Amino acid sequence: MADRRLSVSLRQPAPIPLEVDFTCDAGDVLAIFGPSGSGKTTILRTIAGLYKPEHARVRAGDETWSDTGGRVFAPPHRRAVGFVFQEYALFPHLSAAGNVITALGHRPRSERRARARDLLSLVHLPDQQDRRPQELSGGERQRVALARALAREPAVLLLDEPFAAVDRGVRRRLQDEIDELRRTLDIPLVLVTHDFEDVIRLATHLLLLDRGRAVACGALPELMSRPDLPWLREAVGLGSVFDAVVARKHPERGLVELTFDGGVLLAPERAVATGTTVRVRIPAREVILAASEPAGLSLHNALPGTVSAVHADPGVDNVIVQMAVGRVRLLAEVTRDAIERLRIGVGTPLHALIKSVSIDLITRSA
Amino acid sequence: MDWDALRVSLWLGAGTIALLLPWGIWFGRLLAVREFRGKLLVEALVTVPLVLPPTVLGFYLLVSFGVRSPLGQAFQAVAGQPLPFSFEGLLLASAIANIPFVVQPIQRGFEAIPLDVRDAAACCGLTPWQRFVRIEAPLAWPGILTAAILTFAHTLGEFGVVLMVGGNLPGETRTLSVAIYDRMQAFDDRSAGVMAAALLAIAVATLMATTTLSRRVSRRRG
Repeated sequence: MADRRLSVSLRQPAPIPLEVDFTCDAGDVLAIFGPSGSGKTTILRTIAGLYKPEHARVRAGDETWSDTGGRVFAPPHRRAVGFVFQEYALFPHLSAAGNVITALGHRPRSERRARARDLLSLVHLPDQQDRRPQELSGGERQRVALARALAREPAVLLLDEPFAAVDRGVRRRLQDEIDELRRTLDIPLVLVTHDFEDVIRLATHLLLLDRGRAVACGALPELMSRPDLPWLREAVGLGSVFDAVVARKHPERGLVELTFDGGVLLAPERAVATGTTVRVRIPAREVILAASEPAGLSLHNALPGTVSAVHADPGVDNVIVQMAVGRVRLLAEVTRDAIERLRIGVGTPLHALIKSVSIDLITRSA
Repeated sequence: MDWDALRVSLWLGAGTIALLLPWGIWFGRLLAVREFRGKLLVEALVTVPLVLPPTVLGFYLLVSFGVRSPLGQAFQAVAGQPLPFSFEGLLLASAIANIPFVVQPIQRGFEAIPLDVRDAAACCGLTPWQRFVRIEAPLAWPGILTAAILTFAHTLGEFGVVLMVGGNLPGETRTLSVAIYDRMQAFDDRSAGVMAAALLAIAVATLMATTTLSRRVSRRRG
């Protein structure tokens, strides 16, 4: 939805270098991923109007929030942003409900308490309304912060490392809840993280940030199938990501059958219902390339395709081969020796061999 | 017991708080949240009354209050009486002498509020004034309370500045601490002892009030 799109363009040489352009449409989740100190939080603060870089253009829908060229600057309290801060930044002297009510200034006074109760119920905290932040667990604080951010009926939701301070189990649940919210809210959502699992689980789009500069930006599946991102390769390892549908379950074989834009995959059975969309990640290191379909292996997945790109980074021994399998692009990391022996070049027909246990299945309710 | 002196002392303490606290909150917060060139110098200047001998401070104040100074002339023109050796002059001098006791605790109080919390208040749609009233002032409250108590206690005990600027006019500028000195000069040990005990009692009561209030604040915070 272009009319609710967030578009951001930032330029600054110092003190925090910035060189970033991106847009994020309603219903999309843009993850800004990069090492700490790369300027991720500064980008969020700029969108909220809490930081003024030398050159900034921030537009949300048809409203201009910042335009240094046109000398437009809306102060933070005039921007409809929901901001979930890294350490939540709850008001310690107010109860959970009080925190949420603080962000309900646009509503009539008489409605605020009921509305705060609704919002806290929405984030699964119906019974902790009168507790102060100190009396809440990390996950509960996170939920209050989320309720407070939503209270303003924001045009943009900004999340700064939202799961950094909670343990693993809580993190999974919160990720699912935010994913659920994303679909009901229908506003642009920008997520800053240095944990790639957050990206895989939540993002529809990805911006890779290195020292304030956008290294790459685009839809997650496209970006994840690019063979030429050495920085990403170093940080998390390359691996293609795409969505697939659970077509059938084979409980007797302990497998699920997934259909995707390039064929069928067999993966170990998981608690997923038939018909649901799942996200699949196949690490490039786990893919074997074969000139012909082999027989007599324990293997379940041999996908035919053609090589669409071969990328060698200077100083790195292994080569990244990108292979078109239907409309999906798979990545495989192989040695230079393998490239020569199989005479791999663009257009070479190959089979990609993938062990079913190498497939990362990320469940997301559709 | 010199009841007039007690009255002057209490009025001076309360008046100094009333005069100084609003400015102290404004200025202490400014020092806490803003970075500007020359901030170190400003912070040093704020602290000066703390390290100067009271007589030195009193001397400079007396000179700047005098009829030959612009301030002294202005006051004379408006009030029809000179500023030195009046309660008003004493109040102004007391306010200046207490600047560090007010500004520093308030500055620390506002500095203790994390930047994210202030930012979150802005992102909740609160205007700068609403942020101050609903978020910042309640959180900086212990610092503001400390500033008020310190000012009151320090004003009751101030001697050098009072004597230099106010002199020793009964009912006008003679405070309890000056009255004690005055009685001792006249070998009236009994009166001096009663008044000293009164000051001691006020000091203890003040500290007890502070402790109770700050406990209540920290309990409220959980």
